[in-house]
Amino acid sequence: MLSRTAENLYWLARYVERAEYLARTIDATLRVTALPAAYIGKTNEWDSALLTAGVAESFYQTHEEANEHNVVDYLSFSADNPSSIRNCIEAARLNSRSVRTALTSEMWDTINSAWIELQAVWSKGTSTREDLAKFLRFVQETSLRFDGSAYRTMLRNDAYWFSRLGLHLERADNTARILDVKYHVLLPEEEHVGGPLDFYQWSSILRSVSALTAYHWVYRETLKPWLVADLLILNGTLPRSLASCYDNLVRNLDQIGVAYGRQGPAQRHARGIRNRLEHSNMNDIFQHGVHEFIQEFIADNSRLGEIITKQYLI
Amino acid sequence: MAVAFDEMNIPGGELRPAYQELARWLKETPPEALEYRRQEAELLFRRIGITFAVYGEAESTERLIPFDVIPRIMSGKEWTLLEKGLKQRVRALNMFLRDIYHGRDILRAEIVPDDLIFQNPVFRPEMNGQQVPHDVYVHIAGIDIIRVDAEDFIVLEDNARTPSGVSYMLENREIMMRLFPDLFARHRVAPVERYPDELLSALRSVAPQSASGEPTVALLTPGVYNSAYYEHSFLADKLGIELVEGRDLIVKNNEVFMRTTEGVKRVDVIYRRVDDDFLDPLTFRPDSALGVPGLMSAYAAGNITLANAVGTGIADDKAIYSYMPEIVKFYLGEEPILKNVQTWRCREPKDLAYVLDHLSDLVVKEVHGSGGYGMLIGPAATKATIEAFREKLKREPEGFIAQPTLALSTCPTCTASGLAPRHVDLRPFVLTGSKSTTIVPGGLTRVALKEGSLVVNSSQGGGTKDTWILDE
Repeated sequence: MLSRTAENLYWLARYVERAEYLARTIDATLRVTALPAAYIGKTNEWDSALLTAGVAESFYQTHEEANEHNVVDYLSFSADNPSSIRNCIEAARLNSRSVRTALTSEMWDTINSAWIELQAVWSKGTSTREDLAKFLRFVQETSLRFDGSAYRTMLRNDAYWFSRLGLHLERADNTARILDVKYHVLLPEEEHVGGPLDFYQWSSILRSVSALTAYHWVYRETLKPWLVADLLILNGTLPRSLASCYDNLVRNLDQIGVAYGRQGPAQRHARGIRNRLEHSNMNDIFQHGVHEFIQEFIADNSRLGEIITKQYLI
Repeated sequence: MAVAFDEMNIPGGELRPAYQELARWLKETPPEALEYRRQEAELLFRRIGITFAVYGEAESTERLIPFDVIPRIMSGKEWTLLEKGLKQRVRALNMFLRDIYHGRDILRAEIVPDDLIFQNPVFRPEMNGQQVPHDVYVHIAGIDIIRVDAEDFIVLEDNARTPSGVSYMLENREIMMRLFPDLFARHRVAPVERYPDELLSALRSVAPQSASGEPTVALLTPGVYNSAYYEHSFLADKLGIELVEGRDLIVKNNEVFMRTTEGVKRVDVIYRRVDDDFLDPLTFRPDSALGVPGLMSAYAAGNITLANAVGTGIADDKAIYSYMPEIVKFYLGEEPILKNVQTWRCREPKDLAYVLDHLSDLVVKEVHGSGGYGMLIGPAATKATIEAFREKLKREPEGFIAQPTLALSTCPTCTASGLAPRHVDLRPFVLTGSKSTTIVPGGLTRVALKEGSLVVNSSQGGGTKDTWILDE
């Protein structure tokens, strides 16, 4: 297929996944900040939201401090923030238009209808909490519909695999970023200084990656920070864990490799990261420093993005 | 101006046979039901994303072309005649182009004046002596047809460069079949859905000799901001070919390749929807970012077929148009089946004098204009506009032609105050491959939605209709 088409499919999936993640982050932050101060401590949760979205630096160039009003606006509706939900949806629609021939009509319909629907939101904004909640839900549902229609209607060929690569690479990045910002509340109990108020932080992290219920099913335990970290990093059954993202990245890259009759640096690099995750356990990770581990992962993951681009997309 | 030909009603109250069933159905269908279907159709168009961009407006403006749900109907007998005329016309266009870029018999016979060719900016000297596969220049033609009476079909304009609109012909039919299955059950409407198949086989049939057994065809688009982008992606999808932009193609050793995820792949035929000027910055406009550097040298080397060929503009030029009846006779030795609109060539002093005397009755068009821009519609224009145009015309008479204002035929159309006659034209699409010329029965009917208006262009308030050819 055309390199440009593959590139568009890859980015289309990334934008949709990012929009969903932003909506979840805002949602989780709204919940935790609605609690009385005694339950969440002194951290500015809106500042964390900016950090997990990776846009804190650009935000503070134009804003003095982070609060609900300006962060929700910046992450959702801002035309100046290149990774706002709005710009993700706009970019997704533009990408969809330029690769219409590679999309199924269901996928196009999802993006195009959402784009049409959201035009009104961009011009009017959301005036109440209820409006905002509705908007955030709509964005998440759009991503689910898009993902679902891709899964159900696309031919299993390179178009599908490249779009999956975008999805899992973005997803791994998002999960890693929230871990990066919140790692200090995930340290094992003996080293931990926060106390019970962190319970709400842990549930907030899980909620932003839609894993709160999953946690209980997997561990049948009350919330424990190292288990939260275990779930998000190493547990292969949770779709948003780093391990699971890398299982998928390796599988999709292998399928491309088989179809094209050649493996390359992207396949090797992805396999390397997956093997490292497979042979790690939480004890070792804590021993060597969870923060260092996550930062290394984020760098490795974005390196994979560069390698894929070089190998296939240009 | 004469009374317009009504395609549905015979003066005196009777109906033309092709419309009888539709009239019966309209009687049974309450107006609210029509209005409801109309809204449904609009929603479908928006959801599918069948939009076009209007130049001169903000970049992101996407508009719908209004769709009228009342079909325009023609009998099979009428179509047979029209089809014959279209094939004749397109054969002549191709022979004319072959001649202009080779022997130039028609110039030596003094049927068409030399300067109209050689001083014409759409004449491409690069094409002199250039061999094109099977001598086909115009693979896809859109011939704009109007009717003024029950007998004749008149050509308003030949479109031999990159005619657009065929996606509307196909989508209008899809949407009509979805919305009015009962109406289709009561008619025998000839299908149009094989158009993409016929287009693909026409394109493959003209692949260069150096192509492999299974030639690779691609559609070249200027990109998502082009006004006809929807059509480009629609056609690429239906044909199952890659939709490429200039930056996806490279030329190596006079062969054209596209960049793919598996490395480069040779392309043999390009269905290009990019104008000549922008095709190759090395040959034409150096500032073009839409084209492919080196494409013209690959073309000259015979390794790529461009459809339509470069330089076809010389055949659909409005100044050449007036010579079409003679052109048909010269090459085919036949009487033209399709008529021409009477045309005054302002370059000729006698004609110019007549035009200047009758400006308020005539339509004056720029020879190189298109899309209904830059023309004067005498009867509808104010005195001041006419006077301003008169000066323009005197300054540069060779840039204009004039025609009588024609009473385009009318068809019943949904309006705010119920069904009413509105003026229509028709653009059938004529495909020419190595062996045959084919036309799917139908075309794009454009309708001027404003009462009394004769301008059917989508950029100026025109809409479209589904076009039915009855299979009798």
